[in-house]
Amino acid sequence: MNTKETVPEGKVVVARNLTKMFGGFTAVDHISFEVDKGEIFGFLGANGAGKTTAMRMLCGLSKQTSGHAWVAGFDIASESESIKKCIGYMSQKFALYEDLEVWENIRLYAGIYGVPEKEIAPKTDELLQRLGFESEKHTLVKSLPLGWKQKLAFSVAIFHEPKIVFLDEPTGGVDPATRRQFWELIYQAADRGITVFVTTHYMDEAEYCNRVTIMVDGRIDALDSPKNLKQQYHAKNMNEVFHQLARNAKRTEK
Amino acid sequence: MSKSALPTELKRTPRENWRFFRTFVRKEFYHIFRDRMTMLILLAMPILMLVLFGYALNTEVKNSKIAVYDPSRDDVTRAMVEKLQINHYFILSRMLNSPDEMDKVFKSGEVSMVVVFSENFYENLLHGGHAQIQLIADGSDPNTASTITTYASNILAGYQIELLEMNKIPYQITPEIKLLYNPSMVAAYNFVPGVMGMIILLICAMMTSISIAREKENGTMEILLVSPMKPLYVILSKAVPYFFLSIVNLCTILVVSVFVMGVPIAGSFFWLIAISLLYIFVSLALGLLISSVVNTQMAAMLISAMGLMMPVMLLSGMLFPSENMPLFLQLIGDVIPAKWYIEAVKKIMIKGLGVGAILNELAVLSGMAVALISISLRNFKIRLE
Repeated sequence: MNTKETVPEGKVVVARNLTKMFGGFTAVDHISFEVDKGEIFGFLGANGAGKTTAMRMLCGLSKQTSGHAWVAGFDIASESESIKKCIGYMSQKFALYEDLEVWENIRLYAGIYGVPEKEIAPKTDELLQRLGFESEKHTLVKSLPLGWKQKLAFSVAIFHEPKIVFLDEPTGGVDPATRRQFWELIYQAADRGITVFVTTHYMDEAEYCNRVTIMVDGRIDALDSPKNLKQQYHAKNMNEVFHQLARNAKRTEK
Repeated sequence: MSKSALPTELKRTPRENWRFFRTFVRKEFYHIFRDRMTMLILLAMPILMLVLFGYALNTEVKNSKIAVYDPSRDDVTRAMVEKLQINHYFILSRMLNSPDEMDKVFKSGEVSMVVVFSENFYENLLHGGHAQIQLIADGSDPNTASTITTYASNILAGYQIELLEMNKIPYQITPEIKLLYNPSMVAAYNFVPGVMGMIILLICAMMTSISIAREKENGTMEILLVSPMKPLYVILSKAVPYFFLSIVNLCTILVVSVFVMGVPIAGSFFWLIAISLLYIFVSLALGLLISSVVNTQMAAMLISAMGLMMPVMLLSGMLFPSENMPLFLQLIGDVIPAKWYIEAVKKIMIKGLGVGAILNELAVLSGMAVALISISLRNFKIRLE
C-alpha cells in the first residue's frame, strides 16, 4: 500500500491520508486526492484551513506527520531531492530579488534549477518578448508594478519547464483585471503540459480551475469541477458553494 | 521532460554544484554593490574607527597651550621655554608680564599650564644651585594636568642634565622610565588590534546574519529551500562576499595603521594574516549561527550588536585591560573569540613575537571555528516548520 506501485499512471500528485500536526493541533487532517497531468488544480479554503501547510508538505518544505504522497512519481518523504528538480514554486510573499534586474533574477533562478547556461539567454529573450517586457530587461525589479512582478515571478517559477508548479495564493493584493491577465499565463502554462496546483481564497479564481478542492478545518470537504460543485450545492457561483461548506468551520481566521 | 524522470539524471554533478555556487555568489555581490550606502559604510568604517579611537578617544595629551612667566629672561630660561615648545606636547600661547595674569588665563581656559621661573634664574642656578621652576596646571581635569606636568618636568629635567654635562659636573644617576614595546606611549599600539577584532566581527557576523535574515523576511529563502540548490551552498555563498569584504578591510586597517598612525608590524606578516583569516572564519560561523536562530533583520542586528559588539568592546581587553576585571568577567571574556584574536595580534604585530607565542590563541580560535561551524550547519533548517 505504501509502495511506489500505488502511484497511478498520469497522476502528477497523489496524496493518501496526508496529515500534519503541530503539537496537538491538526493542521491537515488525513487528506487524499489525485492531480492529473496538465490539470489546473485549485486548493480553496479560508485562512488557516490548512491549504498552505498541505502545499508545503508536497514541496518538501514541511515533513508530514503521517500519510503518504507522491509528486511527479517521487515519494515526498524519501525522495524530496528528486522532487525539487521537477517542481516550480511561487509563494504568497512576492519573492524575486528587488535589487536585481529582471534579467538577473531570471538568470539566477534558471541557474539554480540547472537550465543549461547557453539556453538561458535565448529563452529569457523569448520569455520577455512573450510578456511584452523587452524594454524592462535591465530594470530593477523593485521599480516594477506589483502585477508585473507577479507575472514575472510566475514565469521564473516555470522557466525550467517543471512537471508541476505550486502557486501559493499567487494573486494576493492585485485587482481583478490583473488577476485575469495572470490567469492567462496559467492557462498558457497548462497548455504546454505543466500541471498547475494553486491555492487561493478568491472565489472568482476558483471558476478558472479544472477541478477544485475545498478545505475546511484541515479536511477536504469537496473535490470536483466548479461546474459539478455548483450543481451539487445548487449554487450560482463558487462563492455560494464555499459559504455553504465554510459555514460549518470551527476554526476562526487567525 | 522525459529525460529528467530518470533518477540517475537527478543527481547533481560537482560541476553543476560549482555552477550553482558561482551563480549565487555573483548574486550576493550584486546585493552588496547595489546597496551603495551600506557598502560605503562598511568600507569607510575601519578608517572611521581608527580615526575615532586614534584621535578623538585619545588619552595622549598633545598640543597643550601653555603660558610662561619669566622675570629673569636669561639664556637658560629662554632655552628651557624653547625646549618645551620644540616637541608636539606644548604650544606657547603667551608670555605673562606679571603673576597676576595667571588667574585670567586659567579662568578663560586659554592655557592648561603656566610655567613660572624664579628671578635671576641662571645666576641662582650657577652659584647657589637653587633656581626654581613652578609648573602650575589646571586641575579641573586631573588626568590631563598630571600628564602634562609629568611631560614638562621630564623635558626640563632633560635640559638640566645637558646643562650639568656642559659644566662638567661629576657623573649623575638619573632615573629613566621606559615603556617597553610602546616607547612613546602611542595609544594606537593598543587600539589597532582592537579595531581589527571589532571590524572583522562586525562585517562577518553582523552582515552575514542580516543578509540571511533578509532572505527569510522577503520570502526568497522559501523559494531557495524548495529549489534543488543545497542549503549548504546557500549559506556558504552568503559568506563568500563578506569574507572578501573583511579582507579588504583588514588591508585598509593595516595600511592606515602602518602608514598613517605609524604602528609598525613588528612580527611575521604571514602569521598576522593567518590568524586574521582564522578569526574571519570564526566570525562568519558566528554570523551563520545567529542567522539560524533569528527570522528578521532587526533581530539579527540586535543580537549581533548586543551579543557580540558590546562584549567585544567591554570584555575583550580592547578598551579595558582584562587583567583588572573580576574573575567571572574574565571567564566570560575567555569565550569571546575577539579576545584571543586581539591578544594574538598584539603579540605578533606590536611585540614582534614569533608564531610560538600565539600557539595558544591559534588553538583556541581553531577549536571555536570547528565548534561554531558544526553547530550552525546542523542548526540550519532545511525545512520550514
